[in-house]
Amino acid sequence: MTTTENERTFTVTGQDWDELTDALKDVKDERIVVNMGPQHPSTHGVLRLILELEGETVTEARAGIGYLHTGIEKNMEFRSWTQGTTFVTRMDYLSPIFNETAYVLGVEKLLGIQAEVPEKADVIRVMLMELNRISSHLVAIATGGMELGALTVMTIGFRERELCLDLFEFITGLRMNHAYIRPGGVAQDVPEGTVARVSEFIELMKTRLTEYAALCNANPIFKGRLEQVGYLDLEGCLALGLTGPILRSTGYPWDLRKTQPYCGYQDYDFEVITWDTCDSYGRFRVRLAEMWESLRIMEQALKRLKDLDGAPVMVADKKIAWPSQLSVGPDGQGNSLDHIRHIMGESMEALIHHFKLVTEGFRVPAGQAYAAIESPRGELGAHVVSDGGTKPYRVHFRDPSFTNLQATSVMSEGGMVADVIVAIASIDPVMGGVDR
Amino acid sequence: MSDQNIGQNSGMFGVNDTGDTSGYGGLTRRHTMPSRISDVGVQPYGGWFKEIADALAFTDAEAVIHRGELTFHVRRERLLEALQMLRDELRFELCSGVSGVHYPSDQGKELHAVYHLLSMTYNRRVRVETSAPDADPHVPSGVAIYPTLDWHERETYDMFGIVFDGHPGLTRILMPDDWPGHPQRKDYPLGGIPVEYKGATIPPPDTRRSYS
Repeated sequence: MTTTENERTFTVTGQDWDELTDALKDVKDERIVVNMGPQHPSTHGVLRLILELEGETVTEARAGIGYLHTGIEKNMEFRSWTQGTTFVTRMDYLSPIFNETAYVLGVEKLLGIQAEVPEKADVIRVMLMELNRISSHLVAIATGGMELGALTVMTIGFRERELCLDLFEFITGLRMNHAYIRPGGVAQDVPEGTVARVSEFIELMKTRLTEYAALCNANPIFKGRLEQVGYLDLEGCLALGLTGPILRSTGYPWDLRKTQPYCGYQDYDFEVITWDTCDSYGRFRVRLAEMWESLRIMEQALKRLKDLDGAPVMVADKKIAWPSQLSVGPDGQGNSLDHIRHIMGESMEALIHHFKLVTEGFRVPAGQAYAAIESPRGELGAHVVSDGGTKPYRVHFRDPSFTNLQATSVMSEGGMVADVIVAIASIDPVMGGVDR
Repeated sequence: MSDQNIGQNSGMFGVNDTGDTSGYGGLTRRHTMPSRISDVGVQPYGGWFKEIADALAFTDAEAVIHRGELTFHVRRERLLEALQMLRDELRFELCSGVSGVHYPSDQGKELHAVYHLLSMTYNRRVRVETSAPDADPHVPSGVAIYPTLDWHERETYDMFGIVFDGHPGLTRILMPDDWPGHPQRKDYPLGGIPVEYKGATIPPPDTRRSYS
């Protein structure tokens, strides 16, 4: 405890509550400022909340961010366009595939090659995005449950997410930070057995998602904590720029996959899920139901994938397509030996070509483009600027977590301090995306 | 209106001190952004582009149509009028935020603030761009029109030093409060330290020899 003329500061870490209550015994003023975080299990990573309390009522709530700022946007200005995917995938670490897709769509727009991206690449992108949406929503629901004290929701959420990550590892080689979606297509064709493994996952998820519904949907404690908490109506959402499940929980069916389709979403049959309560419970139900729709889309994508065996996954333009292919070597991963044989032993031109593309990269015509996609958290936009060079001139990500987190104050002020946690969990901010 | 020049490259590797043996030393490449159409009121646009250009004609905006996207360059004095018009009359309900870009070679207009607007009613997107000189980095704040710009403008201030006049609390948001400089500006180095790897020293990324 430190004391100055007008105020006293306590540091509470979990054990020394007696000191706090004793010291506050004779205080008449009920007003107290609580600094929650940045290291607190209930604040989704390194989020700092500054709460002003009157008894147990929150009179003012502010969010302090920036603890996870990594300068990704700045770093990208010093690497090639292809290397950019390696950076953006690390922004919002729960939805890496979406970050890559938004960035890549922006680059492809500037290159003017949207129409040339092969169908199979689009199908793979859609399938992985929906798989990623499921894994992201699972974490949103799991951590949200944990913060309420519903530990089972957390354990079963992470159990299923693990299956998603296994699939990612199988297809892209990595559980997270894939850098799999590249300008012009995807890095590599899906491995043999993908359709079977993903179908198995879909069938399993159909039983598991039912368990979630049975555990939570009508659970009186769960509903008691979530209903009418974190209320924000349509007008508030639009003023604050909120999108995603928060916007859809107000009953407005705005989903970029439907309204401004990309990657061929117009060819898939799915519903936009809405709820009409504008509260945390509605957002939970929207996320749960969206996972069912994602499974539907994945099933359709798998059906297409079966017919596209052996089809190209990268644009035909050799001035853009990444030349090298990967293969699993004795040490795990490495360059395809066939490709090495080709460039080292058979074709001087192929070697030059490989060298130029890998070291220098391709040039992107000067201009700017904005590509927006529907990430699990809302509109994820990539503003990509090129000066005609081999490196991005500027890349800015409009991350939905960053924008949505602005609603913390309006969702929590006037409510109980315990409801702040619920409201934030319903926003589902990912600090890697907020701070970038 | 001349095209916006955004820089010039010469040679190939950005090497200046020693001889460039690649044979590309004599190359000079000028970079310009896509051309602007200066008189937006009378230009022939297709479809809804014309509707918006007509509505914004009173601000003397310049338009760019590139890759199917519509951009209006608005002078900063008319920015708020343009945003108000876009929100109230043309139903651009959602602002996706503001993003800064620093063009050191765009004399007198070095700092750009780029707003992305979305009309959910008509399912359209438009980009509004305004600029300020390095010497006077002031742009009016749009928070009163689009409250979502609160954090976005703070981020742009933090990263580029653009001062949004009228913002309710323009403080740094990502960097520490006492941080010197604005990291996303082109004159701000990336930083880093040389790394030793197998006996060789590899310089930090922004000082390495690189293609230009």
